[in-house]
Amino acid sequence: MRLCENEQQKRRDEGGTGRNRKMRIPRVKEPNRRKSTIFFLFAAVLFLAAVTVAGILLEGRAAETDFTRTNLAPGPGCLFGTDWMGRDMFARTLAGLSLSIRIGILTAAVSAVIALLAGTAAAVLGRKADAVISWCIDLVMGIPHILLVMLISIACGRGFTGVVAGVALSHWCSLARVIRGEVIQLCQAPYILVAEKLGASKLQNVRRHMIPHLLPQFLTGLILLFPHAILHEASVTFLGFGLSSEQPAIGVILSESMQYLTTGRWWLALFPGISLALTVLLFAILGERLRLLLDPASIHE
Amino acid sequence: MEPILEIRHMSVFFTQYERGIRKRILPVIRDLTLSVEAGEIVAVVGASGSGKSLLAHGILGILPYNSHMEGTIRYAGESLTPERSAKLRGKEIALIPQGVTYLDPLMKVGDQLRKGNRSEAVRSRIRRALERYGLGAETEALYPFELSGGMARRVLIASAVAEDPRLIIADEPTPGLDARAAERILGHFRELADEGSGVLFITHDLELALTVADRVAVFYAGETIEEASAEDFKEPERLRHPFTKALWRAMPEHGFKPISGAQPYPGAVLAGCPFAGQCSDCLPECKTAEEIPLREIRGGRVRCLHPYGERKKEETI
Amino acid sequence: MKHRLQFTGKKLVRMALLLLGVSLVTFLLMCASPLDPLQTNVGQVALGSMSPEQVERLEAYWGVDTPPLQRYLGWLGSVLHGDFGTSLLYRQPVLDVIGQRLSNSFLLLAAAWVISGILGLILGVTAGAFRGKLPDKLIRGYCLLISSTPAFWLAILLLLVFSVWLGWLPVGLSVPAGVAADAVTFADRFRHAILPALTLSITGVANIALHTREKMVDALESDYVLFARARGESNASIVLRHGLRNVSLPAITLQFASISEIIGGSVLVEQVFSYPGLGQAAVDAGLGSDLPLLLGITVITSAIVFAGNLIADLLYGVVDPKIRRGAARE
Repeated sequence: MRLCENEQQKRRDEGGTGRNRKMRIPRVKEPNRRKSTIFFLFAAVLFLAAVTVAGILLEGRAAETDFTRTNLAPGPGCLFGTDWMGRDMFARTLAGLSLSIRIGILTAAVSAVIALLAGTAAAVLGRKADAVISWCIDLVMGIPHILLVMLISIACGRGFTGVVAGVALSHWCSLARVIRGEVIQLCQAPYILVAEKLGASKLQNVRRHMIPHLLPQFLTGLILLFPHAILHEASVTFLGFGLSSEQPAIGVILSESMQYLTTGRWWLALFPGISLALTVLLFAILGERLRLLLDPASIHE
Repeated sequence: MEPILEIRHMSVFFTQYERGIRKRILPVIRDLTLSVEAGEIVAVVGASGSGKSLLAHGILGILPYNSHMEGTIRYAGESLTPERSAKLRGKEIALIPQGVTYLDPLMKVGDQLRKGNRSEAVRSRIRRALERYGLGAETEALYPFELSGGMARRVLIASAVAEDPRLIIADEPTPGLDARAAERILGHFRELADEGSGVLFITHDLELALTVADRVAVFYAGETIEEASAEDFKEPERLRHPFTKALWRAMPEHGFKPISGAQPYPGAVLAGCPFAGQCSDCLPECKTAEEIPLREIRGGRVRCLHPYGERKKEETI
Repeated sequence: MKHRLQFTGKKLVRMALLLLGVSLVTFLLMCASPLDPLQTNVGQVALGSMSPEQVERLEAYWGVDTPPLQRYLGWLGSVLHGDFGTSLLYRQPVLDVIGQRLSNSFLLLAAAWVISGILGLILGVTAGAFRGKLPDKLIRGYCLLISSTPAFWLAILLLLVFSVWLGWLPVGLSVPAGVAADAVTFADRFRHAILPALTLSITGVANIALHTREKMVDALESDYVLFARARGESNASIVLRHGLRNVSLPAITLQFASISEIIGGSVLVEQVFSYPGLGQAAVDAGLGSDLPLLLGITVITSAIVFAGNLIADLLYGVVDPKIRRGAARE
């Protein structure tokens, strides 16, 4: 017992590192990044929802022309200025953003579902299906994105249908590849093979093991599709292959602003562009944060 | 004589996020005390996942960024601060890692061992070190993927020896090798110890450790639970901790008796002895004791409330 | 060597099949379009005032009345003879139009490709090396911001600042307006290419930098870097000797994969700067239902993209010792 006391004495002399097991674990002082992430997620979703709703409500005002107050520079009363027809740029921008977000959600969702189906089919339906789908992916990836969206939009007669089809049908490739890889890995995972041996049906396996594993991947993939979808919609509309000029789309606003830039009406391009960039940025950060939150590999960060 | 390496109460913690948003600090090594003398091989034996590699990284000052270390390490009589270990690693203190993945896959062996130094002195030093382990000059022009398992191991040893180290830390240097090849590698360690270096040999294989080590430290769930001389393992009555004894009984020539249950994950045990759940001689206080000190018995050390030997005494009384 | 040739041959066959697929898909998409090329190009009013014979001739010119399959096979047949048809809008052979436009765009594309590649590599390696610290945060922030910004709006912004506001650079076109072609100097061309090339480079950097950073982080977390550190190599030496070396392989793939993105970006940027390059021609052909031209542009750009992938694969074989030495042994 004396030895034991000596040992304890020695330990105390050395500053008592680890005298008590419970006390040895240091306190966490820095802010918890994950909590702030959740908070951010809520705030971002709320903000985007607010923009969407406000934009729908403002659609009427966005189209209102008022020739007594054309070409006003931004100031109190009209935050983003007015255009050559006296339309309030703030209302137009919000309406455009709202439209962008709605189209973004629609196209991203369609794209993600295509990706899920194609990826799973490639992984599950055997080598021939895999070869065909891989070939399709290579083909779609081989045409520069914007060109492909243009082509599909032309095939659908441009306009809303054109741009939605174009964006939705051209953005599924990378996510499909990810899902294919995941499913292949899952199919060979020992615990699934065991479950199969134990008599679990394919459907049971898919429901109990595959979906819970794929869902986080799918969701983050879906949200990370938004930025691309929104940007491509705006780009294609800007080029004249998307939404028609009656609609208050950001692409339309910016394309119209081009004629007035050299006459110094910078606000026509500046604010709608910044708003679009910020909206896309919000989606991008949202997806990135969600990925970190759901990705087990980020456990140490 | 001053030990070449002396570790006292070393703890290593990791910051982790659990599922969702909970953040916590995970102790991976707890209160580790260990010393290595010059000319001595000390084996650290523990199951995989018990934090052994982190011991090596802690000494070398190369722990990952999301971890931190407490306790004191002294090297050759002086405190081994992060600055000092940065200066000494790769020179006086050398690591021999597990295998070929520790070599840059895109760099030729020779370039790698020379660390970018092109002087003739370094060149010939490396060549001599490789020659010592039967590797010719042509090895230098090979890429890691062109080395066989045994060759890779010898290259890694040569990389340590080329620096003339006083302390060698070998982290599982033999997995994947057959018994003969492994013994040859261990023979190289003996040679190095006989030349005066201290060797810290980290392994999961007690049997292998006993073929070469002078002393054995048994590692369990991030703690050293016993430090015994290799001699002690020849007479199991002299072993002190129930886990060590169970390990001994699990060796093929001593009955191959498996240890039931699994080692707890680091951080899972907050009070009591981490081995309590698997211990055949567990007493109620083993599960509740706030602290179990490491104490000296019969020239070794043990972290147990009722180590064998002492228990016998009590029984006889 | 035989193995490498076989590999290259296989890749070439696959590339040819993909190009065939691209042309077929493009053709079908164009044919499926409900947009009437006559109305788009001649106009409703003009069309109404024409005689039936005139309309018929126009319909034949725009190929409205021939069945799609027959037209496609006809097109394919002449392409195999090196004839991509005649552009309906420009009334010139498609290959001539593409050649001329591509030579206009080339300066732009090449500059943006090289600049974004080099800058992206440097930024990515820096961010990876300083993971979690200020340089990493700044670079990642920049990349996120840029990849969220529409390329055409960035072009408008640069145009506003440098051409309209500061007046340093021309507003558009690839040469000064009203100057005879032989009087245009290289300096003129250069000045006109600065802003479009800058826009393309700025946007191209983001993707390459982010991916390079990821590869750098992977490399720095590897066992071999741990061992290099244990052997006393300095941080600088680790980043430059091991990090850069191991990032170089994926960087090749990234660099060549970015060709597609740069061509795509050039479509938008050329439109903003009224730069008469290939991208602008694609937009014109699309808006004007110029099927032969759009088909030609799509096939040629896809061929460039596929060729880029092929070059990346072949370069990989030269740089990666596993493939190089493995092949040499066979």
